[in-house]
Amino acid sequence: MAITREQVRRVASLARLRLEPDEEERLTADLDHILAAFTRLEALDTTGIEPMAHVEDVPVPMRDDAVTNPPAGDGLLVNAPARDGRLFRVPKIIE
Amino acid sequence: MSALHDLTARDAAARVRRREVSATELTRAALSRITAVEPQVGAILTICEREALAAAEIIDRRVAAGEDPGLLAGVPVGLKDNICTAGIRTTASSRILEAFVPPYDATVAARLQQAGAVLVGKLNCDEFAMGSSTENAALGVTRNPWDPERVAGGSSGGSAAAVAAREVHASLGSDTGGSIRLPASFCGVVGMKPTYGRVSRYGVIAFASSLDQVGPLARDVGDAALVLQAIAGHDPADGTSSQRPVPSYVAALEGGVRGLRLGLPREYFVEGMQPDVEASVRAAVRTLEAQGATVEPVSLPHTEYAIATYYLITSAEASSNLARYDGVRYGLRAAGGGTLAEMYERSRAAGFGPEVKRRIMLGTYALSAGYYDAYYLKAQQVRTLIRRDFEQAFAHVDALIAPVAPSTAFRLGERVDDPLTMYLSDILTISLNLAGLPGISLPCGLDAAGLPIGLQLIGKAFDEATLLRIAAAYEAASDWTARSPIP
Amino acid sequence: MSAPWTLDGFEAVIGLEVHAELQTRSKIFCGCSATFGADPNTNVCPVCLGMPGVLPVLNRRVVEFAIRAGLATNCSIAPRSRFARKNYFYPDLPKGYQISMYEAPICVGGWLDLVVEDTPRRIGLTRIHMEEDTGKNIHDAHASGSLVDFNRSTVPLLEIVSEPDMRNPAEAGAYLRTLRSILQYLEICDGNMEEGSFRCDANVSVRPLGATTLGTKVEIKNMNSFRNVERAIAYELTRQVRATQTREAIVQETRLWDVDREETRSMRSKESAHDYRYFPEPDLQPLVIDAAWVDDIRAAMPELPEARCARFVRDHGLSVYDADVLTQRKDVADYFEAGIVAGASPKELANWITTELLRIVREQKLDEQLVIREWPLTPVQLARLSRLVEQGTVNRNTAKKLIPRLLGTGVDPETLVASEGLGQVSDRGALEQAVADVIARNPDQVAQFRAGKDKVLGFLVGQIMKATGGKANPQLVGELLRSALAG
Ligand SMILES: [Mg+2]
Ligand SMILES: [Zn+2]
Repeated sequence: MAITREQVRRVASLARLRLEPDEEERLTADLDHILAAFTRLEALDTTGIEPMAHVEDVPVPMRDDAVTNPPAGDGLLVNAPARDGRLFRVPKIIE
Repeated sequence: MSALHDLTARDAAARVRRREVSATELTRAALSRITAVEPQVGAILTICEREALAAAEIIDRRVAAGEDPGLLAGVPVGLKDNICTAGIRTTASSRILEAFVPPYDATVAARLQQAGAVLVGKLNCDEFAMGSSTENAALGVTRNPWDPERVAGGSSGGSAAAVAAREVHASLGSDTGGSIRLPASFCGVVGMKPTYGRVSRYGVIAFASSLDQVGPLARDVGDAALVLQAIAGHDPADGTSSQRPVPSYVAALEGGVRGLRLGLPREYFVEGMQPDVEASVRAAVRTLEAQGATVEPVSLPHTEYAIATYYLITSAEASSNLARYDGVRYGLRAAGGGTLAEMYERSRAAGFGPEVKRRIMLGTYALSAGYYDAYYLKAQQVRTLIRRDFEQAFAHVDALIAPVAPSTAFRLGERVDDPLTMYLSDILTISLNLAGLPGISLPCGLDAAGLPIGLQLIGKAFDEATLLRIAAAYEAASDWTARSPIP
Repeated sequence: MSAPWTLDGFEAVIGLEVHAELQTRSKIFCGCSATFGADPNTNVCPVCLGMPGVLPVLNRRVVEFAIRAGLATNCSIAPRSRFARKNYFYPDLPKGYQISMYEAPICVGGWLDLVVEDTPRRIGLTRIHMEEDTGKNIHDAHASGSLVDFNRSTVPLLEIVSEPDMRNPAEAGAYLRTLRSILQYLEICDGNMEEGSFRCDANVSVRPLGATTLGTKVEIKNMNSFRNVERAIAYELTRQVRATQTREAIVQETRLWDVDREETRSMRSKESAHDYRYFPEPDLQPLVIDAAWVDDIRAAMPELPEARCARFVRDHGLSVYDADVLTQRKDVADYFEAGIVAGASPKELANWITTELLRIVREQKLDEQLVIREWPLTPVQLARLSRLVEQGTVNRNTAKKLIPRLLGTGVDPETLVASEGLGQVSDRGALEQAVADVIARNPDQVAQFRAGKDKVLGFLVGQIMKATGGKANPQLVGELLRSALAG
């Protein structure tokens, strides 16, 4: 087994996904199958190989420090599932 | 004269400019074609009739006023539904965005509009572009216009099917691992994945940010060049878009292939490949040789690692990119109250389909403490090796030539239960996404069942022009692109 | 070194993490205004709301500010650094990840020199990196839900991380005061702890005296003043020693400072194990900083406390002690220079500031403000007052007595002196008369003086001052008295 049910549960909680028991079982099997197929990477020697995070090695471009956006209208808020005036409403946050 | 919906994009635009036909007439023709064939194709999630007719009217007024109406004046087009359109629902084929109306345009959408194109529909795809068949689509089924029992390919299945069915004259798709080229090949149209950075990603719903790239799907190579011309170039809103000047792709079409060196990657003629696919591709190679190209074998030795590398990197990036769908600012929020944690978990569980969940899980796992080095970092190192393979090959040749997929369009439902087999559909397309290179898919034959076969050309970074030049030469020597599956 | 904190054979190990909001015009990754105080969700756009498909574009000034901070704290500036995503879910974090820096920060390996209880201390800086701020969750005690405002989302922050070099709460306080002063001198952060533009988390552990390994560290959050930082650390140190003594395990956790109960308490509801799944931000390429840029920034650096102190000694002839007192706070140093511009002589003014003004500032607790904008005495008032003394218009004592009547009024001291006839008597004739009277009334003391008892002179001067209602010019009195007695 490359991955256990317990690990799947932990990963699902990190990813904020509620999994039904059958989904959890199915995903454990799928991920196990996929990761097993991916073990071929282990055999490849990559000592000293630079990891590639970006396609082109160009520096990040920078913009001038200028306010270019007008104050937001309602268009940015209308997709909200729950609002209170201009504020987004969520279930109570308990710290 | 053929029906308006049969015209190529450049022919249609030319007629609008010459005032032989109006943008409104073209748009109405596209809308009635959609009404006629959409029930058997299912390519479109949102038909924008009102907006399209209003846009066409503006084009017509500009023409009447003697203004330049643009490269794509009055041409009805469609956009993959992961491309944001201001005021028009954009879903990424996901329940979680089923009702999302962006207040902004993707840069590519704005550029097409500036070029005079008329948006008639938002096109179906795999949810968040994750898939190879457009079966991972929460809001509708797309069928292959050549055979309704078969998939259109994915993830830009709607973009390919709509062009093949002549519902639109051209469309945009996005390609993270073959998502333009594979459906183009399955549906018998031309699809181009530009070099990473050639086209802006701003407003294109992210799947895997370091690979995603938008490109055209069109009825022929000339139209693909025209649409690419309209969308390519630096965008200050996308820092990963390149500052390099954009050449004239239309001019590149004329060059012919004499003197060009083409490489045949040994590893791309895989075991188990459908025999008539290999035969058609080899026949296409001979056609190009006959026109003066030289062909030699090349090797891309790390190809066997590409699938694992690709799925680890893209799933990791996706797991992060899809974290924003939390039911707070937009998108689905599961009903029923509950705590904050429950709201997150239930909304995401209800909003995402099985494949998206699978990738989020895989990616979260690959990035999590204790596994990062073994999976994510390792995959990034192998990515470097895969890119080097291409660099070495391109030291000898100008472009690579290969099939797009090991098979033609498979049956609906055939692979949905087997993710790994589905992932193998992309085996010949994903390497170039990892390397960031451009690729084009164009029709090169029909198999025994009468399904289109795709020829893939892979180019050096930012050398789309050479790919278009080879593709145009091949197209001129064959007649595959002229065929339509639905009369 | 100031005395280390110890308790029952344990010592303290303290490291601090400061988040400083930068005073740029726009946000770090979008063109929204970064200013405070707008209506909820008005300084927002698709980028800082984390809407689908949008992309960050880096603000150059943020990088410049980070370099300034790095240079001012003796860090090396990395020629190549990189942004990373820190993944976690929270309603105020719109993308589900924070763009930060992780394995390749912009500034590394600096230090800060402090003076704690008159002893110099050097505290190491591990790193400084740039990141985006989150929005603000609004907790309403009575409502069933919480509310979120994203105006602060994507406002630029510097995270400044110290080595665990501090050994008592006072050093932590001194570190924060010094760091804040430097950021204010650099004009990159306003340093407001209450409004949250200068925030501090403390990593605190204890270990047996003489041990070289580190104990289990606890992170303390929610301290919104220097005083609270010191008190929270002191509380936590004692708690940890007591826990160790009762064999209670100290868990690595985050604790909140409860200002009302004056204790730290565990944030049990927060997910116990964080796994931020950092990975390189694919939307932002590596940040490359060439040496020439760093040189330009170094050349244009605003004056820092140390340099300003040296300049005050050199240009104004102040003692090192006075110059140091005047330059610890930028607002005080600015006050001093404004007074010089208003015509005061440096030494006299320095005297008035270090003795009178700073005493009042402490009494009125104005030193708790990050920048004193409303001074109880304006620089012009104090400069005029010190000039009146220097010119002999009033004597020092009278001047001191005037201060309470000037506080908060903005009244010109000269006007007050003139209108109330407080001017010093410098009329030779009048004073000669007074001298003659005192000599005549005190024959014994006169005889003692003439016998060589110099000290008696002071008594005689005092008598003359008394006779003139304290207004006599003491210098002139001394002069006249000597010549009269010599005669
Ligand atoms: Mg931080
Ligand atoms: Zn913004």
